[in-house]
Amino acid sequence: MNKTVNQKAWFLILPVLVLVAFSAVIPLMTVVNYSVQDTFGNNQFFWAGIDWFREMMASERMWDALGRQIAFSAIILAIEIPLGIFVALNMPKKGFWASFCLVLMSLPLLIPWNVVGTIWQIFGRVDIGLLGYTLDAMGIDYNYTQNFYAAWITVIVMDVWHWTSLVALLAYAGLQSIPDAYYQAAKIDQASRWAVFRFIELPKITGVLMIAILLRFMDSFMIYTEPFVVTGGGPGNSTTFLSIDLVKMALGQFDLGPAAAFSIMYYLVILLISYVFYTVMTNLDKRDGH
Amino acid sequence: MSVSAQKRGGFRIKGNAIVMGLYLLFLLLPIYWLLTMSLKTNTEILNTFTLWPRDLTFDNYLTILTDASWYTGYLNSMAYVVINMVISLAVALPAAYAFSRYTFMGDKHLFFWLLTNRMAPPAVFALPFFQLYSSVGLFDTHIAVALAHCLFNVPLAVWILEGFMRGVPKEIDETAYIDGYSFPRFFIRIFTPLVASGIGVTAFFLFMFSWVELLLSRTLTSVDAKPIAATMTRTVGAAGIDWGVLAAAGVLTIVPGALVIYFVRNYIAKGFALGRV
Repeated sequence: MNKTVNQKAWFLILPVLVLVAFSAVIPLMTVVNYSVQDTFGNNQFFWAGIDWFREMMASERMWDALGRQIAFSAIILAIEIPLGIFVALNMPKKGFWASFCLVLMSLPLLIPWNVVGTIWQIFGRVDIGLLGYTLDAMGIDYNYTQNFYAAWITVIVMDVWHWTSLVALLAYAGLQSIPDAYYQAAKIDQASRWAVFRFIELPKITGVLMIAILLRFMDSFMIYTEPFVVTGGGPGNSTTFLSIDLVKMALGQFDLGPAAAFSIMYYLVILLISYVFYTVMTNLDKRDGH
Repeated sequence: MSVSAQKRGGFRIKGNAIVMGLYLLFLLLPIYWLLTMSLKTNTEILNTFTLWPRDLTFDNYLTILTDASWYTGYLNSMAYVVINMVISLAVALPAAYAFSRYTFMGDKHLFFWLLTNRMAPPAVFALPFFQLYSSVGLFDTHIAVALAHCLFNVPLAVWILEGFMRGVPKEIDETAYIDGYSFPRFFIRIFTPLVASGIGVTAFFLFMFSWVELLLSRTLTSVDAKPIAATMTRTVGAAGIDWGVLAAAGVLTIVPGALVIYFVRNYIAKGFALGRV
């Protein structure tokens, strides 16, 4: 749609600007402020320059957390995106069963995140949980509080359980918008199922998929509550992701300077990667528009 | 070729059902387990392993529904979620209209900057929020949590609403202005009803993200506005964890979400179709 140039539109944006300035800019400035100062207590601060940043860049703890975080996000994206598309392709197109599936699939999305953690904590316990008990009865050594692999698998399966539906619902919505004529044309050409997917369905859902990837990337990169409830970041530090580490540092040990420097770098990494996704997304939008 | 294709077509319908059945089973099994546990006594949970409650009890739910320190948690959560929805919609509606209709200086940058707030990790903001709201005397109030959740909900609302508003033809605006409508009157009387389904979808997502968030709501409250999710940590006592009550509290947090989904089930796909979540 052609938009008119109108500088007065700024007035319509003003309420949002004021609100976001209050709830985002002020806190962010506080963080920046802490990141360049040091304190001996008593609210006496002095200039520390980029010392904290230098310290954090050299800190093995942060790099380890970052490595784990990237591994986690990569693994869940690699599972959730294909699985979500696969589920969407298998969903009923309309009628009672379509709404039935929609309602049940949305359910995990609306459960408070700590309850998601609690559900899996209970489900995976060897003594009272269905999953843990079954695996134990089968003779598999499964204990997510002690065993590194069990902890990782639990956290990943939990995230797949929690969020695959979002990818599936987005892909499903994209698939719904494909006109029947495309499928009829494919039938006349005797296209194989794979060809239909590859040349009709996949291109049509690319836009929605980019949004799914962007959302899943952002949210998995900020994950805190669910793994915290289930494993508490353990065993050892093996499931301590960036947010868990940051909260430990800022609210637990009250190391304001390092935590602030950490925060800023953390935020910048997310921004950078999201910006790349966003640019790719808007370019795709433009291409579709023409 | 065509015969085999037809055979495959026939098989696919059954295949679809099997895939969906397995997937839904995977989704529902952990929830089922929580539900059965909430209906068991603690002795049954800890001493025997049963697939369904042998000794059906509703005591766990009674504990929650009769104890004020439990059920106020639900009321608190509801209160800040509703306040947040109202604030977010009120500021996002005009902004989304501006983004969908006009070009102005810095609009694209502004839009991306708004989105960056959706990308901000709550962990980064937890401590500054705590200090900010303490210093203005809003700590432990519903409004503080509602405002804090605006951090990610306002950009989201603008994003979704802008998508819906783009779909409304511009001629409608122009006709209304020619007919002598002023902007506020046009916006409230004509435009808002046109995007009603969009507002519904937006409200659904605002509800969802505010309801499920814990880190900020827990950091900003202590007693008076404590959300149910934080109250649940109470079940850890000297005698160990009260599993039955914990499970019952968990089940009760799923209920509001399930109700909301049921009411908006026909709009969900539509909202997702716009690809703005």
